[in-house]
Amino acid sequence: MAIDNIGPKRLVVGAHYGMRDWLAQRATAIVMAAYTVILLVTFLSAKEFSYEAWAGVFAMQWFKVVTFVAFVALFYHVWVGVRDIWMDYVKSVGLRLTLQIATVLWLIGCAGYAAQIIWRA
Amino acid sequence: MSDDVKKSRPEFRNIHALTDLPNYRLPLAGFISILHRISGFLLFLMLPFILYLLDLSLLSEDTFGYLKGLVDHWYVKLIILALSWGYLHHFCAGIRHLVMDVHIGLDKDSARRSAATVFAISLPLAALVALKLFGAF
Repeated sequence: MAIDNIGPKRLVVGAHYGMRDWLAQRATAIVMAAYTVILLVTFLSAKEFSYEAWAGVFAMQWFKVVTFVAFVALFYHVWVGVRDIWMDYVKSVGLRLTLQIATVLWLIGCAGYAAQIIWRA
Repeated sequence: MSDDVKKSRPEFRNIHALTDLPNYRLPLAGFISILHRISGFLLFLMLPFILYLLDLSLLSEDTFGYLKGLVDHWYVKLIILALSWGYLHHFCAGIRHLVMDVHIGLDKDSARRSAATVFAISLPLAALVALKLFGAF
């Protein structure tokens, strides 16, 4: 990878230049992929698909925690991805900022709903 | 360099959605890429609905039964199929991304082959979900 093509005067440290979010997007992707495998194995190894079996899986505390971690990873992942979409297509700064704030609020709302679903019983 | 020469050169600053996109021939990996974005955005928009389905499935035996009844409607089946395809595509294309991040398969031929592999895995799985949803097995 060429790292010498960015010009001699450009400061490459200080504002992260997207590196942190890029890495977070990858890390959260791995967390979600692992959770998908856990969920699939649990689901497919069940003898029958009934409410008792399904709710029983989600009744275990470790599964609640793992599910919540996967959801938090999901929300961070979505934030990075959707912000990329706004940055690519929405040129008006005011509208873009509005959409970004709306995205954050939307995701925080979803996080609250997810926590309630997981820990209600 | 004279201004005349500069002006006679066509400038491609941006792709115009209406005049350029319809005749723009996207490579296979390009379809993977834009569908990755579209499927991700679709899943983002449908997040509350997905959470609502999870809520119904876990709340009680009654809401679980209600969910089963809900899925009997053909349009709910279609929505769930769209979401399943979105998840499958985003998952497979994402794995391809992660592999390429460690500099595997970056050349043109392998990139095209891996793009074809993503479709070869995600589309049959989505078809399987469709068959299951509409009661083929």
